[in-house]
Amino acid sequence: MFPFSFEWVWDISHLVFMGGLWYALSIIGAGMTYCVIKSLIDTAADEPGEGGHGHH
Amino acid sequence: MTTPAIPEGVKRCSTRQFTLWLAVVGAVLLWGVYAMFLIWYKGLNQTGMNDAYGFALWIWADLAVIALGGGAFFSGFLTYIIGKKELKSIINYAVIIGFICYSSALLILALDIGQPLRGWFIFWHANVHSMLTEVAFCLSCYFAVLTIEFIPLVLENPKLDRIPFLHHLSHNMHEVMAVFAATGVFLSFFHQGSLGGVAGVLYGRPFAFREGLLIWPWTFFLFTWSAAAVGPCFTMLVTWLTEKITQKKLVRPEAFELLAKISGWMLLTYMIAKIADTWYWAAVTAPARGFSLMEFYSNNPIYGIWILIAELVICGIVPALILITPKWRENKNLLVTAAILAVLGVCINRWVMVLQVMAAPLLPFQDWYMYMPTWQEVATTILPVAYGAILISLAYRYLPVFPHEKELNPGQ
Repeated sequence: MFPFSFEWVWDISHLVFMGGLWYALSIIGAGMTYCVIKSLIDTAADEPGEGGHGHH
Repeated sequence: MTTPAIPEGVKRCSTRQFTLWLAVVGAVLLWGVYAMFLIWYKGLNQTGMNDAYGFALWIWADLAVIALGGGAFFSGFLTYIIGKKELKSIINYAVIIGFICYSSALLILALDIGQPLRGWFIFWHANVHSMLTEVAFCLSCYFAVLTIEFIPLVLENPKLDRIPFLHHLSHNMHEVMAVFAATGVFLSFFHQGSLGGVAGVLYGRPFAFREGLLIWPWTFFLFTWSAAAVGPCFTMLVTWLTEKITQKKLVRPEAFELLAKISGWMLLTYMIAKIADTWYWAAVTAPARGFSLMEFYSNNPIYGIWILIAELVICGIVPALILITPKWRENKNLLVTAAILAVLGVCINRWVMVLQVMAAPLLPFQDWYMYMPTWQEVATTILPVAYGAILISLAYRYLPVFPHEKELNPGQ
């Protein structure tokens, strides 16, 4: 539910519940976006022919 | 046997043996899938639920697997936030077990809501006054976190790891795993708690109702606490079982030792809080609503005082004492016994907080109302066990789940 949905009410319950949901989803989304973009950059920066080998 | 898809330096059974095992477990899975389709096709009349039992076997299974899956969030918290490096030996497996538990919980919920196509209503038309809304939000988000924690392990499969992008993705996800683990702890705290809160706020049902702190009944905190205490016990138990089946050492002893010690102290403190809660409920809360303790444990065919003693003493205090005593927990047999008892204890707790709550009479002229699940409910509750066994088998065979397996089994 978003604030522009017809059933949205600007009260503390909606702010806490929906705010908490969007906060958690934002962290998960931002974290994954960072990982994907950094991996694309890292892959592009690899020397030609260099394969991935474990260095975790 | 070794193939390019099997991690380097470890031995696995032959493809023939593996396929045979999958076929056996797959048959059980298919039985559950058949029951699942019957329920979706014909509706909830396929279950033993009725107006008195809106919550039944499935909700117990849900609460139990979510508590047992708590090993993932608590081990993640200890490994990534507190920095307990010894647990690196077991953290992958804890994540897989958590993933299985939470995906099973979501599957069971998809059955329980009767109309899974409308499952998204809880997000879009959310009832912001319901603890179950909070559970649905946190459960779904935490499942996403568990999936993210599981992905790097999948990407470490030798074949996938050769693809440069996937190799980098796995590495980069490991780098920021602490952020995901912290989010998981936040989400777990609230959904484990709210599952307990749902029972505790039932002021019309004196067996479940508890007082508490602000809007949260004590059951909110007790559920989170018990999941953090018993989740690691379940992780240890499944790991021990895997070691027995594969006849290999998979996890360093210090990981077991640390997890057992922390779990023991968590369990002991939980039991002290739980006993205090039970005493206050029996002495103050229930009598204020016209009930004595023994009214909840008599005049019915199942729920005697034995269930309270089993939960608090045999499956609570006893395993806690074993786990906090260094000499006892060093003995593998005692350690496993304690883990089994602790797991049974949390399952009994979830059972009474779901089913005994529904069974107990509310008015003096009422009788106990018992419930019997149908075979469809039983089959769909066993389904996640078969699914879990298959996922664990596949993960063990094709993924580097145990980073110290090679070193612990030098002869292979």
